[in-house]
Amino acid sequence: MNFKLDHQMFLILNVVIGGLVAASVVGYILSRRVKSDDQRATIDNLNARIRAWWIMIGIFSISFLIGPAGSMVLFAFISLLALREYISLISTARADHRTLFWSFFVFTPLQYWFWYEGWYGLAIILIPVYGFLFIPIRLALAGETTGFLDRAARIQWGLMVCVYCISYAPALLTLNIPGYQKQDAKLLLYLVIVVQLSDIFQYIWGKLLGKRKIAPAISPNKTWEGFIGGIATAVALGTALWWMTPFTPLLALCLSLAAALMGFAGGLTMSAIKRDRGVKDFGNTIEGHGGILDRMDSICFSAPLFFHLTRWFFVTHPTWLR
Amino acid sequence: MSAISADIIAACARVLAGPSVRWVNCRPSSRQRVYFANHTSHLDFVVLWSVLPRRLRAKTRPVAAKDYWSSGLRKRIAVNAFNAVLVERGDKIANGDRLAAARHTLDMLLEALGEQNSLIVFPEGTRGNGLKVGPFKSGIYYLWSKRPDVQFVPVYLSNLNRILPKGEILPVPVISHVTFGAPLRPDANETKDSFLAKAHDAVCALRDA
Repeated sequence: MNFKLDHQMFLILNVVIGGLVAASVVGYILSRRVKSDDQRATIDNLNARIRAWWIMIGIFSISFLIGPAGSMVLFAFISLLALREYISLISTARADHRTLFWSFFVFTPLQYWFWYEGWYGLAIILIPVYGFLFIPIRLALAGETTGFLDRAARIQWGLMVCVYCISYAPALLTLNIPGYQKQDAKLLLYLVIVVQLSDIFQYIWGKLLGKRKIAPAISPNKTWEGFIGGIATAVALGTALWWMTPFTPLLALCLSLAAALMGFAGGLTMSAIKRDRGVKDFGNTIEGHGGILDRMDSICFSAPLFFHLTRWFFVTHPTWLR
Repeated sequence: MSAISADIIAACARVLAGPSVRWVNCRPSSRQRVYFANHTSHLDFVVLWSVLPRRLRAKTRPVAAKDYWSSGLRKRIAVNAFNAVLVERGDKIANGDRLAAARHTLDMLLEALGEQNSLIVFPEGTRGNGLKVGPFKSGIYYLWSKRPDVQFVPVYLSNLNRILPKGEILPVPVISHVTFGAPLRPDANETKDSFLAKAHDAVCALRDA
């Protein structure tokens, strides 16, 4: 795992900041033009989101510039906060207390430590195998049988989504792709940009054109127009950014499509949980966006697939592309 | 020194408990108040204190059980850092001495209130399991009958029992909620039972607010 701030990275960070400046200007102009209260609420939320983006990109860039350790620590904290939002929302029993303590303060740090050390074999089985077995064992030792399987499954699911799946994002820094050494950080940036752009453009196209609901039982805000427009825009931009990755333009198109589709699936799945629990957001940590998990749901689902596809094509089976 | 350490402990508690605070039909005020809340965790008074505006904290004293908080590190936290008032719990005292002890406790609370201070009390007297708010002990009624000029503000604390429940040492960082309600408006002819029922209902009402 290595790191270097090359001119491509510098360029892309500048483009991101440029885009944010443009968004802030548009947000300002819109806020001067609104007439109805309904519009006012939408534009205020838009501007709150843009302000929050400045902060998120600021934190992300700083951790990025610190190097791989910075990114690992940042994502470990994101995992802790996401797991906290998840655990707070679902119900847990008094007897789950110590199992939860292990989840937060043993499994989460271990997961990121294994990735940091580059122990691929351990990192990919820690939670799906050993966490999977440990949680019901610890719950059994606690001696409470009411809702046993339910309680075990909830905790297992939270660790998988909030810790294991999110950890695949900084794990991209450990890939060590031949011919792309010391540049892995751009791959993480690429994934985050494509997936977040997909979210943002789904929101924008949905607000502009959205009519036909795609999953009315789960989320009233997700429409076919937003889905198609958002994915198409993200894939187009993802393809246009092929130069910052080891991918060919065609492969960049395929991988951004995979990431954007999984990101959408993540948003939908996490919405189903929120719907079931009767809330709109997982929290209120990020102004305008909701909780950390509301912002990370798409990364949770896209990062593992993006990681494994990249690893397959560039690390374990590089001859496939020739 | 003690104010600084209280602020540090409060800051840690805020990070751990991530409290979201709501004031329902009530605003922070420098008026003398008795904040009374449901009790599920040792973190309760720290978190409640920590979410008050800074200017009010210095004049707000938690009331804690003497049998638990009067030695070692606990004492340093409760008494030295938070300037807590330590009181005897009725059920820890032999029957014959209860009346005298209760009078003594009331005197201590009145003295602690003085002309400027506010108090944080947990009228259940012991930590519950977070499912149901237990019956209130009568001390809060006697306090009101001596000091009807003080505002009695109900507070509902939720999820703190999930962070540090009774019988656990290690915390789990669950997001908590602190809800302040409108001050009680007791009638002049309130009896002990009717006052306690009113106070109890006020706390329970905030659970669903």
